[in-house]
Amino acid sequence: MTLFRHGYVTGPVIGVLWVFVAAVTVSVAMSFATGAAFRPSAFYALIVGAPLGVACLGVRRKRIVVAAGCIGFALGMVMGIGPVLSTDTGIGLRLVTGVALGLAVCWPLLHFLENLSRSAVTRHVFEEAVIRFLTGFGYVFFTAIVAIPFYVMVMTSLKNQSQLIQNPLDFSLDWSLGWGVLRSYTELFRDFNFGTYMLNSLVISVLTVFITLLFSIPGAYAVARLRFKGQAVFSRSILLIYMVPIIVLALPIYIAFSMTGLRNTVVGILMIYPVTTIPVALYMLQGYFRGLPAEIEEAGLMDGLSRLQVIWKITLPLSLPAMASVSLYVFMIAWNEFLLAFMLLDDPSKFTLTRGIASLNSSEIPRQHLMAGSVVATVPIMVLFLGLERFMTKGLTAGSVKG
Amino acid sequence: MTDMTPPTGTTPLARREARLAWGLLAPTLISVALVVVLPLLAIFWISFKPIGLSDLRPAAAVVRENLRGSGDDLRIEYRIRNSSQDTEVTDVSLRDTIPDGLVLGELPPQCTLTGRALACDIGTLEPGYNERLLLPASTADEDAAERSAEDSAPEISGRSDSILTNGTFTLENFARVFDGAEFWSVLWVTLFYTVFGTIGALLVGLFAALLLDKSFRGQGILRGLYLFPYVAPVIAVAFSWLILFDPFSGSANALLIQMGVTEEAINFFGQKPLALIMVTVFEIWRYFPLSFLFILARMQSIDSDMYEAADMDGASPFQQFWYLSLPQLLGILSVLFLLRFIWTFNKFDDIFLLTGGNAGTRTLTVNVYEQAFAVSNIGAGAAVAVVIFLCLLSFSVVFFKYVSREEGL
Repeated sequence: MTLFRHGYVTGPVIGVLWVFVAAVTVSVAMSFATGAAFRPSAFYALIVGAPLGVACLGVRRKRIVVAAGCIGFALGMVMGIGPVLSTDTGIGLRLVTGVALGLAVCWPLLHFLENLSRSAVTRHVFEEAVIRFLTGFGYVFFTAIVAIPFYVMVMTSLKNQSQLIQNPLDFSLDWSLGWGVLRSYTELFRDFNFGTYMLNSLVISVLTVFITLLFSIPGAYAVARLRFKGQAVFSRSILLIYMVPIIVLALPIYIAFSMTGLRNTVVGILMIYPVTTIPVALYMLQGYFRGLPAEIEEAGLMDGLSRLQVIWKITLPLSLPAMASVSLYVFMIAWNEFLLAFMLLDDPSKFTLTRGIASLNSSEIPRQHLMAGSVVATVPIMVLFLGLERFMTKGLTAGSVKG
Repeated sequence: MTDMTPPTGTTPLARREARLAWGLLAPTLISVALVVVLPLLAIFWISFKPIGLSDLRPAAAVVRENLRGSGDDLRIEYRIRNSSQDTEVTDVSLRDTIPDGLVLGELPPQCTLTGRALACDIGTLEPGYNERLLLPASTADEDAAERSAEDSAPEISGRSDSILTNGTFTLENFARVFDGAEFWSVLWVTLFYTVFGTIGALLVGLFAALLLDKSFRGQGILRGLYLFPYVAPVIAVAFSWLILFDPFSGSANALLIQMGVTEEAINFFGQKPLALIMVTVFEIWRYFPLSFLFILARMQSIDSDMYEAADMDGASPFQQFWYLSLPQLLGILSVLFLLRFIWTFNKFDDIFLLTGGNAGTRTLTVNVYEQAFAVSNIGAGAAVAVVIFLCLLSFSVVFFKYVSREEGL
């Protein structure tokens, strides 16, 4: 271990590893952006990375190194050598790639190796450098795995199938079409009734939120504040309902609904959705209610309000933030729900968005429509989520949430 | 002097409070009983029944009425049919109103006419049986009679034995489920998926939490971004993955070939061991945000004084993580492990959408759907559901023993 803790060992090792990470990142990013062929080279990563790792040890004038790196990698790209290789691309593109590679390699590397010197280093300094490297890698890794599927989703919806089969990496858009790039969306709303599905989803989700709140607020208050036999058992076992898999419930529900004619109705869906969300809403709210000072409520009781009036006039106004996060969370569950909608709805006029997307999954429908449908279902929930992220994260952590 | 000891037992006030509490809880309890408890009981019942998808529509008698012929030959015709091919319908009786202006001739022996109300007692209809009742009639205005005759729809009633409620039971469903090697392979797939999916999501979540456990510009944006997989509808992300990893036109394959990692396209979701690994990776990808969120929340509540003290004593960053952070996170990690274990075990949508349970990815939950709807044997599906339920029961015992103590749930 002590052998590693020397500037001349740590520097090159981190250098090689980072040059390879940067090369893979730049190749993937450039391939996705342009559709041209870029590939990282482990051999050049080794050759370039080791000396670069030494060169970056304890550098003061970082800008000069970065500039030199950019020029060096750009020249290498043009000549066809370096950690990123590309054979059939134009010179301009190669220059841009080289500069991008230079930035992606040098800035982080200088930062990783900042405190290392060209001699033996302490364990502390060594581990900090390793942690900085891992952190840099982590940001790249997580951003890539999260962004790539969503990028593919959006871009596929804007292309057409034959273009994508020719070159699955070419996501460049044909801007000469103008608004025509959005054609799969217009077709979706015109020919596939997505307007109706969206409205159905919205109505069902909002009603689910209302019914859930209506049921869970009194229940949560009772569990949090009132004394009765079985209160302890109750507050513990609420979440037990979560242990029951939906598919196990879906089977008897399907049978019962088929026999009573509730299958294929919005009412039927609205009988099931809230029950799947009430336990978590109740659990989240009772936690919040417990945190409210009981003295205010007692003052209300002393002044002659009944318990129900106390809930309505004191507790509820105080717990608006909690209700916002519960509502958001319940809305998200109802909006994203797939299995029950898939099993219980057959009539296209009653489809929710998720059920509608499932109906697009056929070999006759080009898949840009499938992806456009996915985007239509994803965007509202994302916008809602990003706009109210604070509430959402709070709600998610408070509720010990189901997946 | 009056007695000054405090009252024992329940006072009226306490009783009133308890009554109010149960009143407030009643809607929740009733709805949960109807939608969760009742179906669970039903599953046990169904699992012992020889029932298929087609048995859901009970056998019934069906009738069609026509006015046929003209003049002397005019007659009302009722065609009565048993809708089922294998269940008899008993106590079938037919009721209809004969329109004004239509005079009936000689009635068949089963029928009686009181005023304008016709009642026929048909008795038992054998499976798949057809019967025709002819009632000679005469009228002045045939067209009007035809219209009014067909306007008044006849009512028919009968009783049939539904497989759901009769006394036939069988153990065949369970025999089918436990039959041969299939059950063990399903169980093995479920365990692999659950164990690796859970541990993977926890570790990746821990890594992500460590990354974001410092404040810098853009931290909020990254945190929001990393939650995307969890927030997006499962159907949308599952199809994106399918398209990304498509063997013919997927970007992932194109990228791998171009980089020289593989010679020819890989069928990620269609090959035997790979498909299972891919659905597990998808599970990790989709649920790491959840672990990350919980772990981050716990991390940010750890006192920073401790780290400063450790720094002074010369503890290196890895030592600080191993000896300070990890013990503090152990509680939340074990809670998350148990919860995620149970939920991953229960997961259905993800695998159903990605592979449909093919290519060696059939877990117990997918097997419920497969048996009940693909093979149309609801009884067998229910039997698998019972097996799942029993597994979960044992998990919940563990859950209550350890977790509830740990975090005071």
